[in-house]
Amino acid sequence: MLWEVDIYPAVGQPDRTASAVVGAAAELGIARPVRVAAASGYLIQGALDGEQVVRIACELLVDSVVERSVMAKVGDRRLIDPLAAGINGQGQHWQIVHVLPKPGVMDPVAQSALAAIADLGLVADAVRTVRKYWLADVADDELKLLCGKVLANDAIEQVVLGPLLFEHLEVGSPYVFQLVTVSLRALDNDALVRLSREGQLFLSLVEMQTIQAHFRRLERDPTDVELETIAQTWSEHCSHKTLTGRIAYRGPDGERRFDNMLKETIFAATLEIRRSLGEADWCASVFADNAGVVRFDDEHNVVFKVETHNHPSALEPYGGANTGLGGVIRDPLGTGLGAKPICNTDVFCFAPPEMPGHAVPPGALHPKRVMQGVVAGVRDYGNRMGIPTVNGAIYFDPRYLGNPLVYCGNVGLIPRDKTFKEPRPGDYIVAIGGRTGRDGIHGATFSSAELTHQSERLSGGAVQIGNAITEKMLVDVVLAARDRGLFHAITDCGAGGFSSAVGEMGEKIGAEVWLDRAPLKYEGLSYTEIWISEAQERMVLAVGPEHGDALVELAASEGVEAMIIGKFVPTGRLRLTYGEHQVGELSMEFLHHGRPPVVREAVYEPPPTLPLTITAGARADLAATLTRILASPNVASKHWVIRQYDHEVQGGSVVKPLVGVNNDGPSDAAVLRPVLSSRRGIVVACGMNPRFADFDTYHMATSAIDEAIRNCVAVGADPARIAILDNFCWGNTDRPQTLGSLVRAALACHDLAAALGTPFISGKDSLNNEFRYVDPEGRSQSIGIPPSLLISALGQIDDVARAVTMDLKAAGNQLYLVGTTHEELGGSHFALVHSLRGGRVPEVDPKTAKRTFAAVHAAISAGLVRACHDLSEGGLAAAIAEMAFAGGLGAAIDLAQVPHTVGADPHRAAILLFSESNTRFLCEVSPENSGDFERQLAGVPHARVGEVTAAPALHVSLDGHPVMVAELARLKAAWQAPLDWK
Amino acid sequence: MAQPRVLILRAPGTNCDEETAFAFQRAGALAERLHVKGLLESPFRLRDFQILCIPGGFSYGDDIAAGRILANQIRHHLAEWLREFHAAGKLILGVCNGFQILLKSGVLLPLAADFSAPATLAWNASGKFEDRWVPLHTTGGKSVFFAGIDAMYLPVAHAEGKFVPRDEHVLAELVESGRVILRYGSRPPDGSGISLAPQVAYPDNPNGSLGDVAGVCDASGRVCGLMPHPERHIDPTQHPRWTREPARAVGDGLRVFQNAVGYFA
Repeated sequence: MLWEVDIYPAVGQPDRTASAVVGAAAELGIARPVRVAAASGYLIQGALDGEQVVRIACELLVDSVVERSVMAKVGDRRLIDPLAAGINGQGQHWQIVHVLPKPGVMDPVAQSALAAIADLGLVADAVRTVRKYWLADVADDELKLLCGKVLANDAIEQVVLGPLLFEHLEVGSPYVFQLVTVSLRALDNDALVRLSREGQLFLSLVEMQTIQAHFRRLERDPTDVELETIAQTWSEHCSHKTLTGRIAYRGPDGERRFDNMLKETIFAATLEIRRSLGEADWCASVFADNAGVVRFDDEHNVVFKVETHNHPSALEPYGGANTGLGGVIRDPLGTGLGAKPICNTDVFCFAPPEMPGHAVPPGALHPKRVMQGVVAGVRDYGNRMGIPTVNGAIYFDPRYLGNPLVYCGNVGLIPRDKTFKEPRPGDYIVAIGGRTGRDGIHGATFSSAELTHQSERLSGGAVQIGNAITEKMLVDVVLAARDRGLFHAITDCGAGGFSSAVGEMGEKIGAEVWLDRAPLKYEGLSYTEIWISEAQERMVLAVGPEHGDALVELAASEGVEAMIIGKFVPTGRLRLTYGEHQVGELSMEFLHHGRPPVVREAVYEPPPTLPLTITAGARADLAATLTRILASPNVASKHWVIRQYDHEVQGGSVVKPLVGVNNDGPSDAAVLRPVLSSRRGIVVACGMNPRFADFDTYHMATSAIDEAIRNCVAVGADPARIAILDNFCWGNTDRPQTLGSLVRAALACHDLAAALGTPFISGKDSLNNEFRYVDPEGRSQSIGIPPSLLISALGQIDDVARAVTMDLKAAGNQLYLVGTTHEELGGSHFALVHSLRGGRVPEVDPKTAKRTFAAVHAAISAGLVRACHDLSEGGLAAAIAEMAFAGGLGAAIDLAQVPHTVGADPHRAAILLFSESNTRFLCEVSPENSGDFERQLAGVPHARVGEVTAAPALHVSLDGHPVMVAELARLKAAWQAPLDWK
Repeated sequence: MAQPRVLILRAPGTNCDEETAFAFQRAGALAERLHVKGLLESPFRLRDFQILCIPGGFSYGDDIAAGRILANQIRHHLAEWLREFHAAGKLILGVCNGFQILLKSGVLLPLAADFSAPATLAWNASGKFEDRWVPLHTTGGKSVFFAGIDAMYLPVAHAEGKFVPRDEHVLAELVESGRVILRYGSRPPDGSGISLAPQVAYPDNPNGSLGDVAGVCDASGRVCGLMPHPERHIDPTQHPRWTREPARAVGDGLRVFQNAVGYFA
């Protein structure tokens, strides 16, 4: 029997779901107000009578203080008659839309409800959640539009218009074993290419030929699971074959041939730094494990990883971001013997959210919807996991349309003696955490392909929904098992699922896997689906035979499933079985080293530097320019996002993302104490400048590194102890120019990291970030993202009591500008808001930067700095405005004092105010400390440029003349308004 | 008894258990974190403790409604044990998700015959999860946990924290019996009494709680639930403005835990 319980807001309670639909309808351009009512419902299948269903509703599902319910068997008219369902407004033509998760898509609430019904002593067979919308008097085309754009996401949900007509819930059907072999040996080149594409293997012809040759030598055809295993392992996503491959590069810095590009640039810088540190080396494990590891204190190391989840987020923003964060948390957890997650970071790139709906091409979601979904996905996963989300950024550019970027990061804390892992021959392979389902099939190979307007239809299976509580339970058990020494190695099931987890872990040993043992969410999965499923919240452990039982018991004591699914055996081979059948047998050597080397051409030629002409309009009203910069979405306050994240759970928060007299100023970085009984802190920040990429990716990269480091230093981090991560998100690197722009950035990463002594400890790349679609005229169009290098920084601070925030503290204090201002308006926000082209892009002088960071840190450590803010988007003007309104105090600035290299330019005031030159800080120092401060800064460009005032305004003068006066309240309002969504 | 023992109950999705245990330890207690599965198997273990604390988090994902599933488990399997615990003069504290659980399980306020609670914690008026600091004041009702505290500054971090009594009589009765112990706002509003309509505006009343109610205790004052997180303001550097305000010795929230520990001194 199939029952339905619909839950509506009680009379007098707001119907928020309905209000959101009404708002979204208006945004879609449906002119007259739409009438909507909404219910959240449960479909409950089982041998239950009406009284029992009432009990389930009253005791479990409905909160009668604020909700009312309608319940009946599916098909009963009470569920679909507006009068009986208590929908107001008789006489109107109501239409009903049901939205349900597609079969196979995770439905965590339904799972919880099923268990809770059992706890009531009742038996249900299956539960599924449903959302029910009532819409009055909408035209058919409007209804279709609403269903497609607002009510449901086709990638994961199905829409039923009108009454539900099914009488039972599908719960999977039994699987009948059948071994599938692929007749690979007989295929010609065209057929190989077709197989690669249609089978979603996304391998090149040369790679397909290599596999074919391998099996010809073996004198047999591969099974489907063998072919899939190779495709997963060789995918760009898993092997990063482009950037770790051979590249012939030609650029303004000369010609270079790389055997392994990343190794010879970014890794090399870290090696040089570690060598020069000698005994004092504080890196623990870099570019080796799932995340980078550095020394924290005598007992602990800290672990950091940032990943992207761009393609899934483009199709299903909530699920994509949700599982993006869930996935990256499993990286530190899968590093060494498992790190405890202590904070998250997130950085997003979207097209402008105010874009008109009709400008969004087919196959792309509206950027505002993408942003709302992504933020909600990160929020729900991070908050539920109890991991504070402490740092992030959002960048807007039209070129992220159809291909948003979602970077999620996680920092972990690990005991020093648990930093390394090694699986041993004879160890059991244990799958632990969530069950395996059909979700996420082909995620690894899919993410290595370009997005097209068809992706939504073809790759729906690659989209997943996470269940944060399953992962939280997994973390709790893994850390307890780690502390009891119950396993030798751990890794996460990410892209490629068991296939890559076991393949990687057993690379140097050999493994056999008994696929029929894997716990499944529902029946019907083939052995291949089990092997490559990317179902979330799963880890793989290598467990000594003596600890197998203890581990399974420990997991069970917290309601977590751990299952022995195989064994590491010293054969050098990967053997897969299903029951008594062998379904795959591959040599680890071929799997991991058989891939033909990819050799690529890369060229880079920066566009010529064109002069930037400051127009009369741009020069006329500097206060208006400042206001526009503060209101540009990149700079504008992100409080709508930040407040939805729990940034204080775990109790270690020291410097929050929003600071100042009203807790609403933009902090440069987060500081937190991961060990509550200690005063030592970590500092988390980031840097990114996609706009600079249009000028020169070298300077984009050095600017991003400089920004990430200065954000850390601004709150008190020791620049000698900052570790950084790279995340390259690029367009299609099959084009030599696109790859060249990446190599150029990697060279910059090497140069500046080595010069500053700031090691890269981990990184990740995501290539092929392009969106292809067919425009209304039938032409094929392509949007490539700007080269987008995110630098994430993990700093440390000896005593958090030395941390500094950016809000001005007291009238009468002095303001010092540290660093030199150059005429560098290229790619600036000044240029952006005035639509100016050309100019010089900001560069970094490594020697000065190193000295500056050290000097500012020394001053902060000595307690001489009351406030410190880095200068970035919007330059000096934006920095002082933010410091002032965060502190509720004004400032008077004399631009004549600013250390600069700008000539006698008539636009000098604008340049000094808005240039985005790197390595600059604005520091507030009390008069009694100014002498000591200046002594600390000796040898570094700096000058006293003004003072803090009680009057709530900015007064900027040059050579005795006022050049800008701005009221703080207006600046702050302009800064807060753009993203102040409800 | 010198050092009371605190049971920090955790369930799948509980996530404030470690810092809550730390806060109790700072206040001088011995704190032990125990999984609800273990307690359901051996409920007699409750007898080893003087204080039970249900900390914040998302027990069972807050699926269906915040705290609902753990509340049902407590009602079905642990109610008698908790009655014994309470009758022995011991203390029960619920923070955030713990408050939601105590309210929905009937441990804090008695349920009606159909198991419905006299009040609930509904979705925030803003419709979304929010993390922000709020001023709070106590009302003179008697609760062990708030003895000697007039005002506090603590963070809230929740999506479902809007206190909604079934009707105005419920609120009036709670007020008259001194069970509304903690309210949003830095001081009692001018004028008399507590009305359903909030007198403190958003964001100081962060969720639209009726009567500005932030915390409630039972008739004995020994069972208490509150939405704000006292364990997140133990150390002075947890205060959002510690870099600009005069130095504090400790955070406002520590007193709540010290009161609980001091009760057994």
